[in-house]
Amino acid sequence: MDMKRSYYEDIELFKSGVILFWTIVFLLVLFTFPLYMSDYALYLLNLIMVYVIVSVGLNILVGSTGQISLGHAGFFAIGAYATVLLMTNLQIPFFIAIIAAAFIAAFFGFILGLPALRLEGPYLTIATLAFGLAIMHVIGHTEFFGGRQGLMAPPLDLGIPQLGWSFVLSSETSKYYLVLIITILMVLFAINILKTKAGRAFVAIRDSDIAAEVIGINLTMYKTLSFAVSAFYAGIGGGLFAFVLGFFDPFTFNLILSIIFIVMIVVGGLGSVMGSITGAALITYLMYDLFKNVNEAPYVGPLFVAFSERWMTITGMDNFNYIALGLVMIGIMLFEPLGMFGAWIRIKKYWKTWPF
Amino acid sequence: MGYFSVENLSISFGGIKAVDNISFSVEKNEIFSIIGPNGSGKTTIFNLISGIYKPDDGAVIMEGENLVGKTPDRIAKKGIARTFQNIELFANATVMDNLMLGRHIHMNTGIFTGAFMFGKRSPAAREEVEHREKVEKIIDFLELQSVRDQFVGSLAYGKRKLVEVGRALALEPKVMLLDEPSAGMNTEEKDDLTIWIKDIREDYQMTILLIEHDMNMIMGISDRVFAMQQGKKITLGPPQEVQKHPEVIKAYLGEEGIS
Repeated sequence: MDMKRSYYEDIELFKSGVILFWTIVFLLVLFTFPLYMSDYALYLLNLIMVYVIVSVGLNILVGSTGQISLGHAGFFAIGAYATVLLMTNLQIPFFIAIIAAAFIAAFFGFILGLPALRLEGPYLTIATLAFGLAIMHVIGHTEFFGGRQGLMAPPLDLGIPQLGWSFVLSSETSKYYLVLIITILMVLFAINILKTKAGRAFVAIRDSDIAAEVIGINLTMYKTLSFAVSAFYAGIGGGLFAFVLGFFDPFTFNLILSIIFIVMIVVGGLGSVMGSITGAALITYLMYDLFKNVNEAPYVGPLFVAFSERWMTITGMDNFNYIALGLVMIGIMLFEPLGMFGAWIRIKKYWKTWPF
Repeated sequence: MGYFSVENLSISFGGIKAVDNISFSVEKNEIFSIIGPNGSGKTTIFNLISGIYKPDDGAVIMEGENLVGKTPDRIAKKGIARTFQNIELFANATVMDNLMLGRHIHMNTGIFTGAFMFGKRSPAAREEVEHREKVEKIIDFLELQSVRDQFVGSLAYGKRKLVEVGRALALEPKVMLLDEPSAGMNTEEKDDLTIWIKDIREDYQMTILLIEHDMNMIMGISDRVFAMQQGKKITLGPPQEVQKHPEVIKAYLGEEGIS
């Protein structure tokens, strides 16, 4: 074990030189991706990072505070719509718009947090589920929000067009760098939040709300704060998502998306930032890429297609996609109930004590 | 009226008077023990004081202020900390984090300041380090160094009880309520705990209310003992007197008790 010389070392971002080294290597790899990756791969990475932001935020709520939300697609939608509408209708610059949108989402998170003071477990889940569905339908039935047709994202201008200073990102590569930097920032914020007063209070509420109360934690404040923070993350994610997709309609933000968010953090590991990142990356990849080309797989591909067309529907492949996703999820839960982060902890422990 | 007092406190649960018109007054820096058979309402009194239950009637007064009707977190901020009979720790956090949570009411880092904890000089990091130093003193005091970074859920029962005392201590309360702190400890741990409770009183100038079943411990450290049965007061006085009180003997040993 390393010798510690000051109390600060306990809360340092990079606890050892090894971690710092690997973080730098990882970041270098991320920053050089566009040099040799196709546009499609970058688009996929952008999606992954957007989902990373959302699941890091959702994990603060579900993993750390222990409050389940099946309505996060709602906050995600609020983020996307508010960013785009603020930019197109009020000509607000991108950065201000996305932050404002995230605060709007956070406000809705606060509102949704209020019933959480009275509701627990399945009852809270239903309340959040209703919220997610309601947001989708309100947006879908309001002309102002583009109705069922959806909205087109404006050009991604980082400058302030009113001052004649504009800096439009149009290529997939430039978007990639923007999303990457925001994702890194949001992840660092989450790590810090969980290490300081508020983060500890969240964990306290999860483990024992009675004890949390008698040591002076205001349940009302911290439960709603957790919802607000989590919604803020979803809002930022939504704002970026709008530009990654370029075009979106209300039904992009359906119930399945909310469930997928939950799946990401459960597969990755509840209550861990690294778990949210790996979970979001894995599930997004599985959903969008891996099983899309299953029919081209050697030998088994045509078999799968035949099976799918015979026993499921004619459009078969989408079904197969979800079945495979389900199987992976069941597999991970069966063999590693703590998610991928749990597996990582076990491997680390094994090597620490190796060869015993 | 003393430093901390309970006046005519009553609560009933569906027709059963769990606490029936209880009054007592505790001096500053006193160790005040509450004894009684199981189900006599000792823990209920603690729950009433710390705001988990609202009394049907009566008042809890500290430094001239009535605490009844305040939420538990407000009461904690007024300076009352407690431990639980059945241990209410944060099992999935380390000992260190549990004790740091005890510092919650003394910390000011908001969510934004916290998010920007980059570098040693950021305000959040400075506050964090300052409170870690204080918690480290408690860890030293209760000899918890060996389990400092372990998860509380994996600790032995006796150690967990101790972590709970440490967390209450981290609040730097004026009044500390200890609910059977020695339950589940072995003799050696009990002896240590007895010394620590005395030390806490001396070093931290604290008023301690103690619920305990271990008579040796009660006799050893209490200034006064309050005996109760079925929600009612039996007697109040110095430990030796209470021990010999016929009603107390009857409550503990039954009608034909031998003294």
